[in-house]
Amino acid sequence: MAILEVRDLYKSFGKTEVLKGINFSMEKGEIIAVLGSSGSGKTTLLRCINFLETATSGKVFADGECILDASDKKKIPAAEMRRRQLNFGLVFQSFNLFPQYNVLENVTLAPKLLARENPDFKQRKRELFAGIEDNARELLSRVGLSDKLDNYPCELSGGQQQRVSISRALALDPKILFFDEPTSALDPELTNEILKVIKDLAQKHMTMVIVTHEIEFARNVADRIIFMNEGKVLEDGTPEEVIEHPKNERTKAFLSKML
Amino acid sequence: MEQWLSLFEGFKYNLILFFVTILCAVPLGLLITFCSMSKFKPLSFVSKVFVWIIRGTPLMLQLFVIYYAPGILFNTPMRSRLIAAIIAFIVNYASYFSEIYRGGIEGIPKGQYEAGQVLGLTKTQVFTKVVLFQVIKRIVPPMGNEIMTLVKDTSLARIIGVGEIMMSAERFSKEGLIWPLFSTGLFFLAMCGILTILFGKLEKKLDYYKS
Repeated sequence: MAILEVRDLYKSFGKTEVLKGINFSMEKGEIIAVLGSSGSGKTTLLRCINFLETATSGKVFADGECILDASDKKKIPAAEMRRRQLNFGLVFQSFNLFPQYNVLENVTLAPKLLARENPDFKQRKRELFAGIEDNARELLSRVGLSDKLDNYPCELSGGQQQRVSISRALALDPKILFFDEPTSALDPELTNEILKVIKDLAQKHMTMVIVTHEIEFARNVADRIIFMNEGKVLEDGTPEEVIEHPKNERTKAFLSKML
Repeated sequence: MEQWLSLFEGFKYNLILFFVTILCAVPLGLLITFCSMSKFKPLSFVSKVFVWIIRGTPLMLQLFVIYYAPGILFNTPMRSRLIAAIIAFIVNYASYFSEIYRGGIEGIPKGQYEAGQVLGLTKTQVFTKVVLFQVIKRIVPPMGNEIMTLVKDTSLARIIGVGEIMMSAERFSKEGLIWPLFSTGLFFLAMCGILTILFGKLEKKLDYYKS
C-alpha cells in the first residue's frame, strides 16, 4: 500500500490557481525529488500536504488513511489535526529554529511536550525525558553536532542550523520527511553538508520528498523525480527517464537552463 | 525635616499608584491585545476604538472623567480619589501596553508558528513555549520606556486631589517655601534611576541569544 497518496489536489490563492490537480503516490522507503522553476507550485504542494495551507480541493492519504479531504468542510478537532500532522515531518528552507532554546532543547521540545500526553506521564516523567534526550543526542551526533548541544542557533552556521532542524524533525519519528528547498538559503559549501545528511538518511531508507533546485543531487539520491510546471505534474519517473529523456518540451527547456 | 517627611508621605501615594498600575495594566494590556488581534471583527473593532480614545485624549482629562463622571451621570460619586486615579492609570497604561504587545507579537516571524505547528504543538503551546519568550525579549525596551513615563505621570493624580508628592510640596510653596517643590524631582529621579538599572539588567539577561 502506498504510504502517501495525493489525489486531485487543487489550491488557489484568490483568483490565482497555484495547484491544478496534482496526483501522485509513493511507497515506503521511496525518495522523490520535486523539480520545477520558481512559481511552479512545488512549495505550495508541500505546504498543502503539511497542513500549512488549506487545499481548495482534493485528498491526501497517509498509510491508507484519509488525512485531508478538502471537500469535507466539517471542522476537525485540534487533537485529531495534530495526530494527522505528526505523520509527516517538514524541514524548512529558512530552518525556523527556536532562537531562545539551545540545540538540544530545539530537538527535545516537541517530543517532551508530546510525552506529557502519556497517561502515565507523571510516574514515568524522568524515564520518558531521559529517553527523549538520549534519542536527540543520538540524532545530533549522526549529523556531526555532538559538540554543539549547548549552543544557541544564532551561534551556528546556516548548514549547522539546517542539520539541527533535520534532527528536530526526525525526533518525532515521522513516516515521511519533507524538505522545502533545504539548501536554498545556504552557500555551496554548506549545501554539501546538508546533501550529505540527506544521502545518509536515504541509505537508512527514510521515506522523503525533497523540493530542490539541485538537479545533480536529485539524480544521485532520488528514486523518482517529479517535474512540476504551472501547478501541474509534467513528468513523473526515474531520474533516468526525467533527466535524460524528458518527454515534455517544458522539462527540456528547464533542464537545459539548469544543467 | 518636617518637609522631607511630608514629601515621603506624599511619595507613598505615587508608589502605590505606580505598583498597582503595573500589576493590573500588564495583564489587562495583554487582554486588550488579544481582543484587538481577534479574528472576530466586532471585538477587534471595539477594542481598537477603545485604544484610540484612550491614547488620543490627555491622561489628565481621563482622570477628571473617571473621578467626576459617575457622580454627574449616575448620581453615585466616586468615594475615593485614589481609586479613581488608579482606575484611570490602569486603563490608560493598559492601552499603551497593548499596542507594545501587539507590535511584539506581530513582529514574530510566521515561520516560528509554522515550525511549532508541524512539530505537533498545540496553539497554546506554540504561544507559551515558542512565541511568548521572544515577544518578551522584543518588548522589554519599549516597556522600560513606558514604565519610566508612568513614574512621572503618577504626579498627575494631584489634579483630582490625591495627596501625592506634588500636592504635599505645594502646601509648603503656598507658605513661601519653594525648595520642597523642587526637591520632588529627586524622588522621581531616584525611582527612574532604579528602574533604568533594573531594565538594563533584564535586557542583558535576555541578550543570551539573537533572533
